[in-house]
Amino acid sequence: MSTGSLRLLLGCCAFTASGLSAQVTAITGGTVYPISGPRIEHGTVLIQGGSIVAVGADIPIPAGATRVEATGRWITPGLFHANTTLGLSTVGSVEATNEANRSGEVNAAFNVAEGIDPATPLIPIARLEGVTTALTGPSDGLVPGQAVLIDLAGDRIETLVARSPAALVINLSESSKSGGGGSRAGVLKALRQLFDDAQEYQRRKSDFRRNQMQPLAAPAADLEALGPALRGELPVIAIANRASDIASALRLAREYQLRLVIRGGVEAWKVADQLAQAKVPVMINPINDIPTFDGLGARFDAAALLDSAGVAVVIIESETGGPRNLRWAAGHAVRFGMPWSQALAAITLAPARALGIEDRYGSLAPGKVANVVVWSGDPLDYSSHAEHVFIRGIEVPQTSRQTELLERYRKLPPSY
Amino acid sequence: MRPLSSSLSIPDGAAPQQARRLLSAGVAALGLVACAGHVQPGGTQPAPSHADGTITGSWDRAQYPSTYQRHPNPPVLIRNATILTAAGPELKGASILLRDGKVVAVGQDLAPPADATVVDGSGRYVTPGIIDTHSHIGVYAAPGTFAESDGNEATNPVTAQVWAEHSFWPQDPQIPLAIAGGVTVIQALPGSANLIGGRSATLRLVPSRTVQAMKFPGAPYGLKMACGENPKRVYQSRGPSTRMGNMAGYREAFIRAEAYRRKWDEWLQHRKGPPPDRDLQLETLAEVLRGHILVHNHCYRADEMAQMLDLASEFGFAIRSFHHAVEGYKIADLLARKGTAASVWADWCCFKMESFDAVPQNAALLEQAGVKTIIHSDDAIGIQRLNQEAAKAMYAGREAGIPISREQAIRWVTANPAWALGIDSVTGTLEPGKAADVVLWSGDPFSIYSKADQVYNDGWLVYDRHDPTHQPATDFDLGITAPGVGQ
Repeated sequence: MSTGSLRLLLGCCAFTASGLSAQVTAITGGTVYPISGPRIEHGTVLIQGGSIVAVGADIPIPAGATRVEATGRWITPGLFHANTTLGLSTVGSVEATNEANRSGEVNAAFNVAEGIDPATPLIPIARLEGVTTALTGPSDGLVPGQAVLIDLAGDRIETLVARSPAALVINLSESSKSGGGGSRAGVLKALRQLFDDAQEYQRRKSDFRRNQMQPLAAPAADLEALGPALRGELPVIAIANRASDIASALRLAREYQLRLVIRGGVEAWKVADQLAQAKVPVMINPINDIPTFDGLGARFDAAALLDSAGVAVVIIESETGGPRNLRWAAGHAVRFGMPWSQALAAITLAPARALGIEDRYGSLAPGKVANVVVWSGDPLDYSSHAEHVFIRGIEVPQTSRQTELLERYRKLPPSY
Repeated sequence: MRPLSSSLSIPDGAAPQQARRLLSAGVAALGLVACAGHVQPGGTQPAPSHADGTITGSWDRAQYPSTYQRHPNPPVLIRNATILTAAGPELKGASILLRDGKVVAVGQDLAPPADATVVDGSGRYVTPGIIDTHSHIGVYAAPGTFAESDGNEATNPVTAQVWAEHSFWPQDPQIPLAIAGGVTVIQALPGSANLIGGRSATLRLVPSRTVQAMKFPGAPYGLKMACGENPKRVYQSRGPSTRMGNMAGYREAFIRAEAYRRKWDEWLQHRKGPPPDRDLQLETLAEVLRGHILVHNHCYRADEMAQMLDLASEFGFAIRSFHHAVEGYKIADLLARKGTAASVWADWCCFKMESFDAVPQNAALLEQAGVKTIIHSDDAIGIQRLNQEAAKAMYAGREAGIPISREQAIRWVTANPAWALGIDSVTGTLEPGKAADVVLWSGDPFSIYSKADQVYNDGWLVYDRHDPTHQPATDFDLGITAPGVGQ
């Protein structure tokens, strides 16, 4: 299946709310953090038909609106997790539940969307902690493939997926070396060959069909799939941690006019000026401070250093506790020097901007998808919890497989 | 010698005198040898036999003894702080005086001695040093190459003969990162590939050239055992490949250990005739049977923990702590009744089938049932914020209507792990006479925004966030990692 028809299948629903309803919901009285603008005390967020229709201090509430009283509460956009395998992996060690990666080095045409399991119990666990939107995708090989954007509500792939593809993932980290014959220089050579051949293929499709081209670096489907990335239509997420690998990614991006995003970015702080100048966002896990040969310069304050250098920081996490930890990853960045408001933006608006979808995601403003969370307190600290989670305007239940286990065993012996 | 733990039991009822004698039998719990008068110090060459004809040998000599020495530090008075002692209610506007490696006093209005360094604790918090019952720092060292991957002797399902300290690399760059997170004591464990993985080491987390100089004086050894998926996965081709195979493996090992113990105990009574052969594997297991080595059992599933408790009953030993105990909440009543601690994560989930039933309220439900509850790391990053993982678990409980107090939650990373390691009479709480293992936090230790400002290990200011001369770096860090890493 070509990416074109995938987009037809899955892109049909992009940015339209499932379960569309004219139902109006007004979240009133709380402190609103729109991210795209200043904090609003005693603000109102008005939701209709899956979208936000108004945000402000003096918003008239339509008659018949469902009111959510939020005085004393903190209201933010739904959290946007830009580095997950949600829906693509449920039990890490169980092959039967893993769909995120395909064997082989070059999988540009591999789009994960149809591997998503909307019923995975991990989705409710993540959204109980305010995660409403996720990029989910592959990580293995030289060109792992296409990641897709999902909202964490829906019982069918078509309703879950909001944009497909949302990014192409390439890999310049230690884990891609086999794709370059065992050398980082080989990785760059292989990627350039691939991109050159993709451009050549785009120019000479008719020659290709007549078998009038030399053998190409990848099958036609992969070369075709590289088209949107090479035309600057699709963001390219490059996994890279060493400063030299990040610099290589920047070089590639200049040569091929890629819309580059760095993911990993352990040593990105060393090349922060270059990243800021090139306006390349960095997706970084702020607690990753253990030195490895893929990033000896790991440090806890890397996110703060990047932010202060003017780099667009997207905070991600990869905790064994799962994507529910995203908000605390941002809190960790604050502990080590990142301004609180920047850290909150790094799990809301910054990922939306990095993927070029800030017109619909990442902030509380009219026209945005109504992914909204009402928090009992500071969302970045442990003492708060999500009291209401709205996804595309509909409140999701505060239940998960974990809450069911809790209730079963709250009193012992359990009643089976 | 004062026992390090108020409740270190000898299940078979061996009289203390006999126990001490057995301790000298190479059989070790050799952290204790320094106090057993007739034991030869390591490195000397004792005669092969005494004048009276009794035979001595390697089993009588000190075995890799602790060479730890307290680092001198001037007395310190931390004033006007909020103090969580882990032994009583939170104290506001309180002071704590440390001298010669000990907590001298905790309370209001302590006058600073003339020679004391006075630290203003205004707006800051003081807790005991953080203790991690489950660390692979040093045995799985950074930068994570095969060259320093020394945590699993995965060559046989039973490797009771190996000791984690013999793998431990004191220059692991993960050590200063953990120190900066307020950790003062760790149990370095072998991994969980094996049914019986080997001896653990309880270590003071201080910069050191040798592991011996980190060994917590007098701390009992631990034995790492593992249930479930890991052993049956690692040994599936040669066995055990099932959980029933796992159980048979433990039982066979302890049956051999029973016989070995009997043989040695009989010989040691008279020391006449040729001694039995030493067997390092059975020596360690015999010490478990004698109650001198504490069992730390990696076990996730509730039903499997119940099996292990039956195994322990069969052979007359106690399981000191289950580790991970992801389903501990399902049998919290059973664990409470058996007096077995549970070392758990705040929320690790779903990475394998036996972790699939994790709930973030595990710690809270265990605490509520009266189980000695511990938050452990098993992770070189998680160890840097165990106080915060305790916070995560405390608030998860409260949110679900399980009332966990701050006083209870701080014990999850201080007093309770000290008990599990058998060192609770020395450390784990801030009471007069206890070791000066102390962390001064920049704010509430249950807030994500708080950092360890100062860490005192046995009275030594081993870390000070605001003073680069008190920020240890390992040899590996030099010229490689960024200055200020982890600060």
